[in-house]
Amino acid sequence: MPLAEPKVTLDLARGLGLTADEYDRILKQLGREPTYTELGLFSALWSEHCAYKHSRVFLKRLPTQGPRVLQGPGENAGAIDIGDGWAVVFKMESHNHPSFIEPFQGAATGVGGILRDILTMGARPIAILDSLRFGDPADPKVRHLVSGVVSGISWYGNCFGCPTVGGEIAFAPEYAGNPLVNVMCVGLVRASEIFRARADGIGNPVFYVGNKTGRDGIHGATMASATFDDNAHERRPTVQVGDPFTEKLLLEACLEAMATGAVVGIQDMGAAGLACCTSEMPARSGTGMEVELSAVPQREEGMTPYELLLSESQERMLLVAVRGREEEVRRVFAKWELDAVKVGTVIPDTSLVVRHRGHEVARVPVDALADGPRYEKPTAEPAWLAERRGFDPLTLPPPVDPAEALVALMASPTIASKEWAFRQYDQQVGINTLVVPGSDASVLRVKGTRRGLAVATDGNGRQVFLDPRRGAAMAVCEATRNVSCAGGEPLGLTDCLNFGSPERPEILWQFAEAIDGIADACRALEVPVVGGNVSFYNETSGQAVLPTPVVGVVGVLEDASRMATQWFKSGGQRIALLGPDDVSLGGSEYLWSRHGTLAGTLAPLDLGLERRVQHAVRAAIFAGLVTAAHDCAEGGLAVALAESCVTGPAPIGADVSVDARGRIDHVLFGEGPSRVIVTVEPERAREFEALMAESAIPWRWIGATGGDRLVVRASGTVVSAGLGEIEGAWRSGFERHMA
Amino acid sequence: MKFGVVVFPGTWSDCDFHHVISEVIHQPVKYVWHRERDLGDVDCVILPGGFSYGDYLRAGAVAGRSPVVDAIRDFAAKGGLVLGSCNGFQILCEAGLLPGALLRNECLQYRCQSTHLLVDNVDTPFTRGLRPGQVLTMPISHGEGKYQVDAPTLARMRAGNQIVFRYATAEGQVTRAANPNGSLENIAGVINEEGNVLGMMPHPERAAEAVVGGTDGLLLFQSLLGSLVEDGTLFPR
Repeated sequence: MPLAEPKVTLDLARGLGLTADEYDRILKQLGREPTYTELGLFSALWSEHCAYKHSRVFLKRLPTQGPRVLQGPGENAGAIDIGDGWAVVFKMESHNHPSFIEPFQGAATGVGGILRDILTMGARPIAILDSLRFGDPADPKVRHLVSGVVSGISWYGNCFGCPTVGGEIAFAPEYAGNPLVNVMCVGLVRASEIFRARADGIGNPVFYVGNKTGRDGIHGATMASATFDDNAHERRPTVQVGDPFTEKLLLEACLEAMATGAVVGIQDMGAAGLACCTSEMPARSGTGMEVELSAVPQREEGMTPYELLLSESQERMLLVAVRGREEEVRRVFAKWELDAVKVGTVIPDTSLVVRHRGHEVARVPVDALADGPRYEKPTAEPAWLAERRGFDPLTLPPPVDPAEALVALMASPTIASKEWAFRQYDQQVGINTLVVPGSDASVLRVKGTRRGLAVATDGNGRQVFLDPRRGAAMAVCEATRNVSCAGGEPLGLTDCLNFGSPERPEILWQFAEAIDGIADACRALEVPVVGGNVSFYNETSGQAVLPTPVVGVVGVLEDASRMATQWFKSGGQRIALLGPDDVSLGGSEYLWSRHGTLAGTLAPLDLGLERRVQHAVRAAIFAGLVTAAHDCAEGGLAVALAESCVTGPAPIGADVSVDARGRIDHVLFGEGPSRVIVTVEPERAREFEALMAESAIPWRWIGATGGDRLVVRASGTVVSAGLGEIEGAWRSGFERHMA
Repeated sequence: MKFGVVVFPGTWSDCDFHHVISEVIHQPVKYVWHRERDLGDVDCVILPGGFSYGDYLRAGAVAGRSPVVDAIRDFAAKGGLVLGSCNGFQILCEAGLLPGALLRNECLQYRCQSTHLLVDNVDTPFTRGLRPGQVLTMPISHGEGKYQVDAPTLARMRAGNQIVFRYATAEGQVTRAANPNGSLENIAGVINEEGNVLGMMPHPERAAEAVVGGTDGLLLFQSLLGSLVEDGTLFPR
């Protein structure tokens, strides 16, 4: 049955996103012209999204090993040993491009994709975190995106039944044309029962399981590997459509099938769909695979081999079973009313052989597909950067009324309460959530053990923009510090690296520097990177997003009952500030929201000190000396104090004196790493002092909790704001745009 | 007391109820698959939260006509105790085992938040351990929880003391602001005329341990156990 297919030419290859050099390379590797179907395979597998062409050479610099790493990068997700025979599996992925084109389904399928990455490892997903970036929420177009993304996440995660326990939402005009939707999922599995995306065992059957294949999402990976122009909305057909109920069935069926022992390996059909699984799985195992496409369950008629291979229809997996145990697999999927169809076999020849109704339509070495081209393109520091960095924020006038400035900062959408979003997410299903969203990190219990998990995400595009290396290191520090402030020891990290086009030397320079910064911090803090993804081409009409590496950190609490939250618990407690005095208004939220300026130098970062501060905080929490712990982040010390006052169940004031030198706005709102405020019961102050003395960090008592105002005495000024005013600003700052 | 927890393919609070029953109140419990036509030897059946068959039509609409619900109908007719929470409440309404219907939240968004419940009726096996006027704290998590019922039925329900929980302030005031989803008269939970089938949108299983959201939900389970202890048997078989 001959199919009318376009003639393969260089022009056609270019139209599919391949370069002339890449097309040449295909000709060499095959020793002939590719068929149309083969060209489709290469275009998808060699897209930036799948092949990491521009990033691989840099990613090698990240530390990925550690004594507790059970699985590093290269699989569906990373895995860390947390003790008691349990492993935590986690990964973060971007769904930026689809979310801009179609926010609801784009974000929903982002959640769906990362859930499948976790469950293919044999783990049950227990938590979702979302790191989102948007333009100015006062812009109606941005509001439409925020609203769509949040309801897409809510719809998919809630229906599936995995709680959304954390993440962050930040706003900057550079994201107006390219929102960032990074979704992290955390799962639990017995350490001895981790599954991998392998196609081992010659002769083993290959099963297609889950949803049927349609024409949705064809070339989604290629779409995600290009920049947008003004007609981005025309690419809506490349966005997939999610079905969370089927995903739930797939979860239960996969875990049940895995428990039978009849499953060898499994991979999610995500980006580049069937094409990706049928080449990557055998490539990992040094085998090959033959598949018959007509066996693929289809929900549309007349789909071509090209479409069947490249469709990104959701909620599908490729599963390699043990030969002779096919019936066990079929029985489980039948129970959950899902398709489980044998579509192929693992073969010794290391090729992907694709047939359609018996006709061979592709025969390609799996390594040729799985090992795409790697580029080491030129990098160059942007010419304008030195001038931006040279700006001194103190040349701007100080605030006339610092208390008013504090209240205004609390209403900045990036700092303000995100309850509008989080109340749309189920935060508790699974009844493991000990600390719901709203503290530095969320904490989950691990049932059947005393342990807990602390999870947090972080990323500050402005800081990375001004100093990619230090800014990215600071993101790692902040996310790990958030975990430490909950009492968790950071054990592993996943990252989503969101940048513009790597074909521009200044963007690739930002990327390379950021990688080095992440690597520096991860080495110093001994936190390995176990997985993640790179999202390039986040630019529309030449305007790139702020360079935004987002990191997700998982930490373990040996005793889940020994944890801390960020809000003050009662009056009459002493407040200490741990860490250095060094802060900067460069790249700060204050500088942006008050003066509309993105410039200056970042505060110094001492990774050794960062490590000691985090250790001291954890030790104090574990010893039961600390009643609240809060990281000083966006908005500096004043905002950290204000958040501790108003983010708990009942507002509690504070009166503090800060003897740091500098202008009032610098001291109040300057941002810097390694700084944490904690509260201590007065009768335990001695013990706390002794513990701090051991920890070799700078620290000082700064005041006490109580009253109905936040009073900060600094730089010869008394700054005093009522809690009602602070709380009102914080509660309405973001929500007023969405109501 | 023997519990059965019903599992539809899209149910997700099944494990949570199972955990509370087996690990917190230490009672025998088993799962009941949605295709079962026989509930087996159980004293109380739980219909937990989730999205039963995906709920792409109307929450609980398909599940309300499923095989296991026929079995529950027979079980309830013989006096068996049935507790439906969240999606379970929606299913019981769709099945006609409880009056009324649950519509899309007035705000048109999903809501996951803590709520306060004013206890109106303590003369049920589920609430007999509570005080009249007591206020419980329990979370909700739903997109379709706006309770509606026609006026004559509502009048009958009032007369029969069938309204068990209403959303209220922490002080027990039934106000519009305390109503998270626009339910008629702030109704959060109702019981059938016979007094053995309770439906409620809040999640008692999420408020059964101090570390994860308080223990007010546990009071419902303890009331149930108390019913068994007091009567010796729950209902004639």
